[in-house]
Amino acid sequence: MDKLLELLEENGRLPVKELAAALEMSEEEIREKIQDYEKNGVIKGYRAVINRRNLPEPPDSVTGLIEVDIAPQPDTGFDEIAREIYDHPEVKACYLCSGDYDLLVRIEAENLNEIAEFVSRELAPLKNVHKTESHFMLKTYKEAGVNFEAPSQDRRLSISP
Amino acid sequence: MIEISDTVASLKPSGIREFFDLVMGMDDVISLGVGEPDFATPWHIREAAIQSIEDGFTNYTSNKGMTELRNALSEHLDSEHNLNYDPEDEILITTGVSEGMDIAMRALLNPGDEVIIPTPCYVSYLPTAKMAGGKVKILNTAKNDFKIDHNQLEELISPRTKLLVLNYPSNPTGVTYGKQELDKIAELVRKHELIVISDEIYGHLTYNHEHYPFPTLESMREQTIFLNGYSKSCAMTGMRIAYAAAPPKIIAAMNKIHQYTMLCAPTTSQFAAVEATRHGADAIKEMKGEYERRRNLVHNRLNEMGLDCPLPEGAFYAFPSVKKTGFEPEDFCRKLLAEHSVAAVPGDAFGPGGETHIRISYATGFQKLREALSRMEEFVNEHSAHTAGSTG
Repeated sequence: MDKLLELLEENGRLPVKELAAALEMSEEEIREKIQDYEKNGVIKGYRAVINRRNLPEPPDSVTGLIEVDIAPQPDTGFDEIAREIYDHPEVKACYLCSGDYDLLVRIEAENLNEIAEFVSRELAPLKNVHKTESHFMLKTYKEAGVNFEAPSQDRRLSISP
Repeated sequence: MIEISDTVASLKPSGIREFFDLVMGMDDVISLGVGEPDFATPWHIREAAIQSIEDGFTNYTSNKGMTELRNALSEHLDSEHNLNYDPEDEILITTGVSEGMDIAMRALLNPGDEVIIPTPCYVSYLPTAKMAGGKVKILNTAKNDFKIDHNQLEELISPRTKLLVLNYPSNPTGVTYGKQELDKIAELVRKHELIVISDEIYGHLTYNHEHYPFPTLESMREQTIFLNGYSKSCAMTGMRIAYAAAPPKIIAAMNKIHQYTMLCAPTTSQFAAVEATRHGADAIKEMKGEYERRRNLVHNRLNEMGLDCPLPEGAFYAFPSVKKTGFEPEDFCRKLLAEHSVAAVPGDAFGPGGETHIRISYATGFQKLREALSRMEEFVNEHSAHTAGSTG
Protein backbone atom coordinates (compact mmCIF):
# COMPACT_ATOMS: atom_id res chain seq x y z
CA MET A 1 0.00 0.00 0.00
CA ASP A 2 1.07 3.59 -0.59
CA LYS A 3 3.08 4.84 2.39
CA LEU A 4 0.95 7.98 2.41
CA LEU A 5 -2.12 5.86 3.14
CA GLU A 6 -0.28 3.91 5.82
CA LEU A 7 0.66 7.13 7.59
CA LEU A 8 -2.85 8.57 7.29
CA GLU A 9 -4.41 5.34 8.49
CA GLU A 10 -2.29 5.61 11.61
CA ASN A 11 -3.03 9.30 12.08
CA GLY A 12 -5.51 11.07 9.83
CA ARG A 13 -4.52 14.47 11.18
CA LEU A 14 -0.85 14.45 10.15
CA PRO A 15 -0.09 17.89 8.73
CA VAL A 16 0.57 17.99 4.99
CA LYS A 17 3.91 19.61 5.75
CA GLU A 18 5.10 16.62 7.78
CA LEU A 19 3.77 14.11 5.28
CA ALA A 20 5.67 15.93 2.56
CA ALA A 21 8.87 15.85 4.60
CA ALA A 22 8.61 12.19 5.56
CA LEU A 23 7.79 11.02 2.04
CA GLU A 24 10.16 13.39 0.23
CA MET A 25 7.37 14.95 -1.83
CA SER A 26 6.12 18.50 -2.23
CA GLU A 27 3.16 19.68 -0.18
CA GLU A 28 1.29 20.22 -3.44
CA GLU A 29 1.86 16.61 -4.49
CA ILE A 30 0.62 15.36 -1.13
CA ARG A 31 -2.51 17.52 -1.34
CA GLU A 32 -3.26 16.28 -4.85
CA LYS A 33 -2.75 12.65 -3.90
CA ILE A 34 -5.05 12.97 -0.89
CA GLN A 35 -7.70 14.67 -3.01
CA ASP A 36 -7.49 11.86 -5.58
CA TYR A 37 -7.85 9.24 -2.87
CA GLU A 38 -10.86 11.06 -1.47
CA LYS A 39 -12.43 11.42 -4.91
CA ASN A 40 -11.85 7.79 -5.85
CA GLY A 41 -13.35 6.54 -2.62
CA VAL A 42 -10.07 5.15 -1.30
CA ILE A 43 -10.16 7.48 1.68
CA LYS A 44 -13.73 7.19 2.97
CA GLY A 45 -13.50 9.61 5.87
CA TYR A 46 -11.63 10.82 8.92
CA ARG A 47 -12.92 9.94 12.39
CA ALA A 48 -11.90 10.33 15.97
CA VAL A 49 -11.18 7.11 17.87
CA ILE A 50 -13.05 7.55 21.14
CA ASN A 51 -12.51 5.60 24.30
CA ARG A 52 -15.82 6.11 26.08
CA ARG A 53 -14.58 4.54 29.28
CA ASN A 54 -12.28 7.52 29.76
CA LEU A 55 -15.16 10.02 29.79
CA PRO A 56 -15.81 11.58 33.22
CA GLU A 57 -19.18 9.86 33.15
CA PRO A 58 -18.87 6.82 30.89
CA PRO A 59 -22.20 6.15 29.15
CA ASP A 60 -23.93 2.79 29.61
CA SER A 61 -23.82 2.08 25.89
CA VAL A 62 -23.61 -1.53 24.76
CA THR A 63 -21.96 -2.96 21.70
CA GLY A 64 -23.31 -6.19 20.26
CA LEU A 65 -21.73 -8.44 17.65
CA ILE A 66 -24.45 -10.42 15.91
CA GLU A 67 -23.70 -13.40 13.73
CA VAL A 68 -26.40 -13.75 11.08
CA ASP A 69 -27.02 -16.88 9.06
CA ILE A 70 -28.85 -16.03 5.83
CA ALA A 71 -30.00 -17.72 2.63
CA PRO A 72 -28.38 -16.09 -0.41
CA GLN A 73 -30.71 -14.99 -3.20
CA PRO A 74 -30.47 -16.16 -6.83
CA ASP A 75 -29.43 -12.84 -8.42
CA THR A 76 -28.16 -10.66 -5.64
CA GLY A 77 -26.49 -13.24 -3.39
CA PHE A 78 -25.99 -11.77 0.06
CA ASP A 79 -25.82 -8.14 -1.01
CA GLU A 80 -29.51 -7.18 -0.90
CA ILE A 81 -30.16 -8.77 2.45
CA ALA A 82 -26.99 -7.24 3.82
CA ARG A 83 -28.19 -3.83 2.65
CA GLU A 84 -31.51 -4.25 4.43
CA ILE A 85 -29.50 -4.84 7.57
CA TYR A 86 -26.71 -2.29 7.33
CA ASP A 87 -29.04 0.54 6.33
CA HIS A 88 -30.22 0.66 9.95
CA PRO A 89 -28.34 3.49 11.66
CA GLU A 90 -27.70 1.33 14.74
CA VAL A 91 -25.51 -0.90 12.61
CA LYS A 92 -21.97 0.47 12.82
CA ALA A 93 -20.25 -2.28 10.84
CA CYS A 94 -21.34 -5.20 8.70
CA TYR A 95 -19.10 -7.85 7.14
CA LEU A 96 -19.71 -10.88 4.94
CA CYS A 97 -17.66 -13.73 6.39
CA SER A 98 -16.63 -17.25 5.59
CA GLY A 99 -17.37 -19.90 8.22
CA ASP A 100 -20.39 -20.94 10.26
CA TYR A 101 -22.39 -17.78 9.64
CA ASP A 102 -22.60 -15.26 6.83
CA LEU A 103 -22.83 -11.76 8.21
CA LEU A 104 -21.15 -10.25 11.22
CA VAL A 105 -23.01 -7.13 12.33
CA ARG A 106 -21.84 -4.66 14.92
CA ILE A 107 -24.55 -2.74 16.71
CA GLU A 108 -24.21 0.06 19.18
CA ALA A 109 -27.14 0.81 21.49
CA GLU A 110 -28.00 2.50 24.78
CA ASN A 111 -28.62 -0.74 26.61
CA LEU A 112 -29.03 -4.50 26.27
CA ASN A 113 -32.73 -4.16 25.77
CA GLU A 114 -32.34 -2.06 22.66
CA ILE A 115 -30.10 -4.66 21.08
CA ALA A 116 -32.52 -7.44 21.98
CA GLU A 117 -35.32 -5.40 20.41
CA PHE A 118 -33.30 -4.73 17.29
CA VAL A 119 -32.51 -8.40 16.83
CA SER A 120 -36.02 -9.65 17.52
CA ARG A 121 -37.88 -6.92 15.59
CA GLU A 122 -35.56 -5.96 12.74
CA LEU A 123 -33.16 -8.83 12.15
CA ALA A 124 -34.67 -12.19 12.99
CA PRO A 125 -38.00 -11.63 11.18
CA LEU A 126 -36.33 -10.91 7.82
CA LYS A 127 -37.48 -13.63 5.54
CA ASN A 128 -34.07 -14.95 4.50
CA VAL A 129 -32.49 -14.83 7.93
CA HIS A 130 -32.26 -18.36 9.33
CA LYS A 131 -30.56 -17.76 12.59
CA THR A 132 -28.83 -15.12 14.68
CA GLU A 133 -26.39 -15.38 17.53
CA SER A 134 -25.60 -12.35 19.68
CA HIS A 135 -22.42 -11.54 21.58
CA PHE A 136 -21.97 -8.58 23.87
CA MET A 137 -18.65 -6.83 24.10
CA LEU A 138 -17.36 -6.54 27.64
CA LYS A 139 -14.20 -4.53 27.19
CA THR A 140 -12.32 -2.85 24.36
CA TYR A 141 -8.60 -3.46 24.46
CA LYS A 142 -7.85 -2.07 21.04
CA GLU A 143 -9.90 -0.22 18.45
CA ALA A 144 -8.93 0.90 14.94
CA GLY A 145 -5.32 0.03 15.67
CA VAL A 146 -5.28 2.14 18.83
CA ASN A 147 -4.36 0.53 22.12
CA PHE A 148 -6.94 1.49 24.80
CA GLU A 149 -4.91 -0.02 27.62
CA ALA A 150 -1.65 1.34 29.06
CA PRO A 151 1.03 1.31 26.35
CA SER A 152 3.41 -1.62 26.36
CA GLN A 153 6.67 -0.98 28.15
CA ASP A 154 9.68 -0.03 26.05
CA ARG A 155 12.21 -2.54 27.32
CA ARG A 156 15.22 -0.69 25.99
CA LEU A 157 17.57 1.30 28.19
CA SER A 158 16.52 4.93 27.85
CA ILE A 159 20.05 6.00 26.93
CA SER A 160 22.55 3.72 25.24
CA PRO A 161 25.64 4.25 23.11
CA MET B 1 44.36 -1.02 49.67
CA ILE B 2 42.97 -1.64 46.21
CA GLU B 3 44.76 -0.03 43.34
CA ILE B 4 43.27 -0.09 39.88
CA SER B 5 45.62 -0.42 36.91
CA ASP B 6 46.94 2.87 35.62
CA THR B 7 45.48 2.22 32.16
CA VAL B 8 41.98 1.63 33.45
CA ALA B 9 42.21 4.41 36.00
CA SER B 10 43.07 6.82 33.20
CA LEU B 11 40.01 5.91 31.12
CA LYS B 12 37.29 8.51 31.17
CA PRO B 13 33.87 7.21 32.18
CA SER B 14 31.40 7.22 29.30
CA GLY B 15 29.63 10.59 28.93
CA ILE B 16 26.46 8.66 28.23
CA ARG B 17 26.30 7.04 31.64
CA GLU B 18 25.60 10.35 33.35
CA PHE B 19 22.56 11.02 31.19
CA PHE B 20 21.32 7.53 31.73
CA ASP B 21 21.31 8.19 35.48
CA LEU B 22 19.45 11.47 34.98
CA VAL B 23 16.72 9.89 32.86
CA MET B 24 16.19 6.99 35.24
CA GLY B 25 13.44 7.83 37.65
CA MET B 26 11.80 10.39 35.38
CA ASP B 27 8.30 9.78 34.03
CA ASP B 28 6.95 10.49 30.58
CA VAL B 29 10.38 10.91 29.02
CA ILE B 30 10.62 10.46 25.28
CA SER B 31 14.13 9.25 24.73
CA LEU B 32 15.97 10.09 21.56
CA GLY B 33 19.08 8.75 23.21
CA VAL B 34 18.67 5.11 22.39
CA GLY B 35 21.33 3.47 20.25
CA GLU B 36 19.30 0.41 19.31
CA PRO B 37 16.31 -0.36 17.09
CA ASP B 38 12.79 0.07 18.48
CA PHE B 39 11.66 -3.05 16.63
CA ALA B 40 11.56 -6.44 18.30
CA THR B 41 13.75 -9.18 16.86
CA PRO B 42 11.72 -10.73 14.00
CA TRP B 43 9.77 -13.66 15.37
CA HIS B 44 11.26 -16.34 13.10
CA ILE B 45 14.71 -15.41 14.44
CA ARG B 46 13.57 -15.59 18.07
CA GLU B 47 11.92 -18.90 17.29
CA ALA B 48 15.19 -20.34 15.96
CA ALA B 49 16.87 -19.38 19.24
CA ILE B 50 14.06 -20.93 21.30
CA GLN B 51 14.12 -24.08 19.23
CA SER B 52 17.86 -24.49 19.74
CA ILE B 53 17.36 -24.30 23.50
CA GLU B 54 14.51 -26.81 23.37
CA ASP B 55 16.73 -29.12 21.36
CA GLY B 56 19.36 -28.84 24.04
CA PHE B 57 22.00 -27.01 22.00
CA THR B 58 23.41 -25.16 24.96
CA ASN B 59 27.02 -26.28 24.79
CA TYR B 60 30.16 -24.51 23.64
CA THR B 61 30.66 -24.25 19.93
CA SER B 62 34.09 -24.20 18.28
CA ASN B 63 36.02 -21.03 19.08
CA LYS B 64 35.48 -19.65 15.60
CA GLY B 65 31.74 -20.23 15.81
CA MET B 66 29.39 -22.85 14.37
CA THR B 67 30.35 -24.16 10.94
CA GLU B 68 26.77 -23.71 9.78
CA LEU B 69 26.84 -20.02 10.69
CA ARG B 70 30.24 -19.38 9.10
CA ASN B 71 29.09 -21.16 5.94
CA ALA B 72 25.85 -19.15 5.83
CA LEU B 73 27.81 -15.93 6.30
CA SER B 74 30.34 -16.80 3.64
CA GLU B 75 27.50 -17.45 1.17
CA HIS B 76 25.73 -14.26 2.24
CA LEU B 77 28.82 -12.06 1.77
CA ASP B 78 29.37 -13.61 -1.62
CA SER B 79 25.82 -13.15 -2.88
CA GLU B 80 25.31 -9.70 -1.32
CA HIS B 81 28.66 -8.05 -2.00
CA ASN B 82 30.60 -10.47 -4.17
CA LEU B 83 33.05 -10.85 -1.27
CA ASN B 84 34.76 -14.20 -0.92
CA TYR B 85 35.75 -15.24 2.57
CA ASP B 86 36.67 -18.83 3.39
CA PRO B 87 34.38 -19.96 6.23
CA GLU B 88 37.22 -22.12 7.56
CA ASP B 89 39.86 -19.53 8.30
CA GLU B 90 38.63 -16.08 7.29
CA ILE B 91 35.49 -15.65 9.41
CA LEU B 92 35.26 -15.40 13.19
CA ILE B 93 31.97 -15.20 15.10
CA THR B 94 32.27 -12.61 17.89
CA THR B 95 30.24 -11.46 20.84
CA GLY B 96 29.12 -8.20 19.26
CA VAL B 97 31.19 -5.88 17.08
CA SER B 98 32.60 -4.41 20.29
CA GLU B 99 34.48 -7.65 20.90
CA GLY B 100 35.58 -7.76 17.27
CA MET B 101 36.98 -4.23 17.57
CA ASP B 102 38.78 -5.07 20.82
CA ILE B 103 40.46 -8.26 19.66
CA ALA B 104 41.31 -6.81 16.25
CA MET B 105 43.22 -4.00 17.93
CA ARG B 106 44.87 -6.28 20.44
CA ALA B 107 45.86 -8.73 17.72
CA LEU B 108 47.64 -6.06 15.68
CA LEU B 109 49.00 -3.37 17.96
CA ASN B 110 52.40 -3.24 19.58
CA PRO B 111 52.91 -0.62 22.29
CA GLY B 112 53.27 2.76 20.65
CA ASP B 113 51.77 1.76 17.31
CA GLU B 114 49.54 4.52 16.07
CA VAL B 115 45.82 4.15 15.45
CA ILE B 116 44.00 6.82 13.49
CA ILE B 117 40.45 7.27 14.72
CA PRO B 118 38.12 9.73 13.00
CA THR B 119 35.91 11.50 15.53
CA PRO B 120 33.16 11.99 16.63
CA CYS B 121 32.99 8.21 16.92
CA TYR B 122 31.34 5.37 18.74
CA VAL B 123 32.17 5.56 22.44
CA SER B 124 34.27 2.40 22.61
CA TYR B 125 36.92 3.11 19.97
CA LEU B 126 39.18 5.46 21.91
CA PRO B 127 39.28 3.46 25.18
CA THR B 128 39.62 0.17 23.29
CA ALA B 129 42.62 1.45 21.33
CA LYS B 130 44.15 2.74 24.53
CA MET B 131 43.63 -0.55 26.36
CA ALA B 132 45.26 -2.37 23.47
CA GLY B 133 48.37 -0.24 23.96
CA GLY B 134 47.85 1.86 20.86
CA LYS B 135 48.67 5.50 20.50
CA VAL B 136 45.51 7.25 19.37
CA LYS B 137 45.72 9.85 16.61
CA ILE B 138 42.48 11.77 16.44
CA LEU B 139 41.15 12.79 13.05
CA ASN B 140 38.61 15.46 13.94
CA THR B 141 36.10 15.54 11.09
CA ALA B 142 33.99 18.45 12.39
CA LYS B 143 35.38 20.95 9.86
CA ASN B 144 34.60 18.69 6.91
CA ASP B 145 30.92 17.99 7.63
CA PHE B 146 32.00 14.97 9.70
CA LYS B 147 33.58 13.26 6.71
CA ILE B 148 37.19 12.13 6.51
CA ASP B 149 39.21 14.63 4.52
CA HIS B 150 41.92 12.63 2.80
CA ASN B 151 44.50 15.42 2.98
CA GLN B 152 43.94 15.66 6.70
CA LEU B 153 44.23 11.88 6.89
CA GLU B 154 47.51 11.80 5.00
CA GLU B 155 48.99 14.46 7.29
CA LEU B 156 48.26 12.23 10.30
CA ILE B 157 49.94 9.17 8.84
CA SER B 158 53.44 8.54 10.18
CA PRO B 159 55.83 5.58 9.85
CA ARG B 160 54.34 4.25 13.08
CA THR B 161 50.75 4.34 11.86
CA LYS B 162 49.37 0.85 11.76
CA LEU B 163 45.60 1.04 11.91
CA LEU B 164 42.81 3.21 10.57
CA VAL B 165 39.39 2.74 12.14
CA LEU B 166 36.40 3.36 9.91
CA ASN B 167 32.72 3.35 10.80
CA TYR B 168 30.21 4.08 8.09
CA PRO B 169 27.35 4.80 8.24
CA SER B 170 28.50 6.46 11.42
CA ASN B 171 27.22 6.42 14.95
CA PRO B 172 26.79 9.27 16.04
CA THR B 173 26.78 11.43 12.89
CA GLY B 174 24.78 9.40 10.35
CA VAL B 175 27.48 10.20 7.77
CA THR B 176 28.44 7.64 5.16
CA TYR B 177 30.58 7.54 2.02
CA GLY B 178 30.09 7.03 -1.68
CA LYS B 179 32.37 4.90 -3.83
CA GLN B 180 34.67 7.71 -4.96
CA GLU B 181 35.23 9.02 -1.45
CA LEU B 182 36.09 5.52 -0.28
CA ASP B 183 38.47 5.00 -3.20
CA LYS B 184 40.43 8.05 -2.08
CA ILE B 185 40.76 6.65 1.43
CA ALA B 186 41.72 3.24 0.02
CA GLU B 187 44.46 4.87 -2.05
CA LEU B 188 46.12 6.17 1.11
CA VAL B 189 45.66 2.84 2.88
CA ARG B 190 47.44 1.13 -0.02
CA LYS B 191 50.19 3.72 -0.27
CA HIS B 192 51.03 3.65 3.43
CA GLU B 193 50.35 -0.07 3.95
CA LEU B 194 47.83 0.49 6.72
CA ILE B 195 45.29 -1.96 8.02
CA VAL B 196 41.68 -0.81 8.23
CA ILE B 197 39.26 -1.95 10.88
CA SER B 198 35.93 -1.22 9.25
CA ASP B 199 32.89 -1.28 11.52
CA GLU B 200 29.96 -1.49 9.13
CA ILE B 201 27.25 -2.52 11.58
CA TYR B 202 24.88 0.08 10.01
CA GLY B 203 25.77 -0.88 6.43
CA HIS B 204 22.25 -2.04 5.57
CA LEU B 205 20.90 1.38 6.63
CA THR B 206 22.26 3.57 3.82
CA TYR B 207 19.52 5.66 2.28
CA ASN B 208 20.64 7.62 -0.74
CA HIS B 209 23.05 5.27 -2.43
CA GLU B 210 24.38 1.77 -2.15
CA HIS B 211 26.64 0.76 0.69
CA TYR B 212 30.18 -0.21 -0.37
CA PRO B 213 31.91 -2.47 2.14
CA PHE B 214 35.56 -1.47 2.47
CA PRO B 215 36.96 -4.87 1.46
CA THR B 216 35.13 -4.61 -1.88
CA LEU B 217 37.42 -1.74 -2.91
CA GLU B 218 40.41 -2.54 -5.05
CA SER B 219 42.93 -4.71 -3.16
CA MET B 220 41.42 -3.69 0.19
CA ARG B 221 40.26 -7.18 1.08
CA GLU B 222 43.85 -8.02 2.05
CA GLN B 223 44.19 -4.94 4.27
CA THR B 224 40.81 -4.87 5.97
CA ILE B 225 39.20 -6.36 9.04
CA PHE B 226 35.53 -6.21 8.17
CA LEU B 227 33.28 -6.08 11.23
CA ASN B 228 29.58 -6.54 11.04
CA GLY B 229 26.74 -8.13 12.96
CA TYR B 230 23.06 -8.54 13.59
CA SER B 231 22.36 -6.02 16.35
CA LYS B 232 21.07 -3.22 14.15
CA SER B 233 19.97 -5.03 11.00
CA CYS B 234 17.85 -7.64 12.76
CA ALA B 235 17.25 -5.78 16.02
CA MET B 236 19.23 -8.31 18.05
CA THR B 237 21.35 -6.03 20.26
CA GLY B 238 20.93 -8.09 23.42
CA MET B 239 21.93 -11.30 21.68
CA ARG B 240 25.48 -9.99 21.36
CA ILE B 241 26.33 -11.64 18.07
CA ALA B 242 28.52 -10.40 15.26
CA TYR B 243 31.42 -11.44 13.07
CA ALA B 244 34.81 -10.46 11.72
CA ALA B 245 36.01 -11.28 8.21
CA ALA B 246 39.67 -10.82 7.38
CA PRO B 247 42.70 -12.59 5.86
CA PRO B 248 43.63 -15.88 7.63
CA LYS B 249 46.67 -14.53 9.47
CA ILE B 250 44.59 -11.84 11.18
CA ILE B 251 41.65 -14.11 11.96
CA ALA B 252 44.03 -16.67 13.50
CA ALA B 253 45.54 -13.98 15.72
CA MET B 254 42.14 -12.64 16.75
CA ASN B 255 40.92 -16.15 17.46
CA LYS B 256 43.85 -16.68 19.82
CA ILE B 257 42.56 -13.86 22.04
CA HIS B 258 38.94 -14.79 21.50
CA GLN B 259 39.51 -18.39 22.67
CA TYR B 260 40.90 -17.20 25.99
CA THR B 261 38.57 -14.29 26.72
CA MET B 262 35.29 -15.43 25.19
CA LEU B 263 35.81 -19.09 24.27
CA CYS B 264 32.91 -18.79 21.83
CA ALA B 265 30.02 -16.46 21.10
CA PRO B 266 26.76 -17.45 22.87
CA THR B 267 25.43 -20.61 21.24
CA THR B 268 21.77 -19.58 21.36
CA SER B 269 22.62 -16.35 19.59
CA GLN B 270 24.56 -18.23 16.94
CA PHE B 271 21.45 -20.27 16.11
CA ALA B 272 19.46 -17.05 15.86
CA ALA B 273 22.15 -15.64 13.59
CA VAL B 274 21.96 -18.60 11.21
CA GLU B 275 18.25 -17.89 10.75
CA ALA B 276 18.87 -14.14 10.42
CA THR B 277 21.56 -14.67 7.79
CA ARG B 278 19.44 -17.01 5.71
CA HIS B 279 16.00 -15.41 6.04
CA GLY B 280 16.39 -11.93 7.55
CA ALA B 281 16.36 -9.89 4.33
CA ASP B 282 12.63 -9.02 4.24
CA ALA B 283 12.53 -7.77 7.81
CA ILE B 284 15.61 -5.65 7.15
CA LYS B 285 14.00 -4.04 4.13
CA GLU B 286 10.83 -3.21 6.02
CA MET B 287 12.69 -1.62 8.92
CA LYS B 288 14.82 0.41 6.55
CA GLY B 289 11.75 1.96 4.88
CA GLU B 290 10.42 2.97 8.26
CA TYR B 291 13.73 4.54 9.36
CA GLU B 292 13.98 6.45 6.12
CA ARG B 293 10.62 8.20 6.62
CA ARG B 294 11.57 9.11 10.16
CA ARG B 295 14.94 10.40 9.01
CA ASN B 296 13.26 12.70 6.51
CA LEU B 297 10.89 14.04 9.14
CA VAL B 298 13.63 14.57 11.73
CA HIS B 299 15.91 16.31 9.23
CA ASN B 300 13.14 18.61 8.07
CA ARG B 301 11.89 19.54 11.53
CA LEU B 302 15.33 20.09 13.08
CA ASN B 303 16.35 22.52 10.36
CA GLU B 304 13.00 24.23 10.59
CA MET B 305 13.43 24.88 14.29
CA GLY B 306 16.87 26.32 13.61
CA LEU B 307 19.08 23.39 14.59
CA ASP B 308 21.35 23.00 11.57
CA CYS B 309 21.48 19.40 10.49
CA PRO B 310 22.70 17.99 7.19
CA LEU B 311 20.65 15.11 5.79
CA PRO B 312 21.87 11.96 7.55
CA GLU B 313 22.75 9.42 4.87
CA GLY B 314 22.75 6.32 7.02
CA ALA B 315 22.25 4.62 10.41
CA PHE B 316 19.44 6.02 12.60
CA TYR B 317 21.07 9.13 13.97
CA ALA B 318 20.91 12.83 13.25
CA PHE B 319 23.67 15.07 14.59
CA PRO B 320 22.37 18.63 14.62
CA SER B 321 24.29 21.65 15.83
CA VAL B 322 22.86 23.47 18.85
CA LYS B 323 25.28 26.38 18.44
CA LYS B 324 22.56 28.84 17.44
CA THR B 325 20.76 28.28 20.74
CA GLY B 326 23.80 29.57 22.60
CA PHE B 327 23.84 26.46 24.79
CA GLU B 328 26.68 24.02 25.22
CA PRO B 329 25.36 20.62 24.14
CA GLU B 330 25.42 19.32 27.69
CA ASP B 331 23.35 22.27 28.99
CA PHE B 332 21.03 21.93 26.04
CA CYS B 333 20.42 18.26 26.80
CA ARG B 334 20.05 18.78 30.55
CA LYS B 335 17.55 21.62 30.13
CA LEU B 336 15.64 19.85 27.38
CA LEU B 337 15.30 16.84 29.64
CA ALA B 338 14.35 18.85 32.74
CA GLU B 339 11.90 21.20 31.00
CA HIS B 340 10.36 19.05 28.27
CA SER B 341 11.23 15.46 29.17
CA VAL B 342 13.05 14.72 25.95
CA ALA B 343 16.37 12.93 26.21
CA ALA B 344 19.21 13.32 23.73
CA VAL B 345 22.95 12.77 24.05
CA PRO B 346 25.49 15.66 24.03
CA GLY B 347 27.83 15.37 21.06
CA ASP B 348 31.01 15.64 23.09
CA ALA B 349 30.31 12.17 24.52
CA PHE B 350 31.58 10.93 21.15
CA GLY B 351 34.99 12.56 21.27
CA PRO B 352 36.53 15.66 19.69
CA GLY B 353 34.39 17.35 17.06
CA GLY B 354 31.05 16.96 18.78
CA GLU B 355 31.40 20.02 21.02
CA THR B 356 28.52 21.96 19.50
CA HIS B 357 26.27 19.08 18.51
CA ILE B 358 23.82 16.62 19.99
CA ARG B 359 22.95 13.11 18.88
CA ILE B 360 19.32 12.37 18.10
CA SER B 361 18.36 8.75 17.59
CA TYR B 362 15.27 8.25 15.46
CA ALA B 363 14.84 4.64 16.48
CA THR B 364 11.49 5.68 17.98
CA GLY B 365 7.95 5.30 16.61
CA PHE B 366 6.79 7.96 14.14
CA GLN B 367 4.12 9.48 16.40
CA LYS B 368 6.41 9.60 19.42
CA LEU B 369 9.11 11.15 17.31
CA ARG B 370 6.69 13.90 16.23
CA GLU B 371 5.81 14.59 19.82
CA ALA B 372 9.48 14.77 20.81
CA LEU B 373 10.25 17.13 17.93
CA SER B 374 7.34 19.39 18.90
CA ARG B 375 8.65 19.54 22.44
CA MET B 376 12.13 20.35 21.15
CA GLU B 377 10.77 23.12 18.97
CA GLU B 378 8.93 24.62 21.92
CA PHE B 379 12.13 24.42 23.94
CA VAL B 380 14.21 26.12 21.25
CA ASN B 381 11.61 28.87 20.86
CA GLU B 382 11.39 29.48 24.59
CA HIS B 383 15.13 29.94 24.75
CA SER B 384 15.55 32.04 21.65
CA ALA B 385 15.81 35.05 23.95
CA HIS B 386 18.82 33.33 25.49
CA THR B 387 20.35 33.12 22.02
CA ALA B 388 19.83 36.79 21.29
CA GLY B 389 21.49 37.66 24.58
CA SER B 390 24.48 35.41 24.29
CA THR B 391 25.48 36.00 20.71
CA GLY B 392 25.21 39.82 20.85
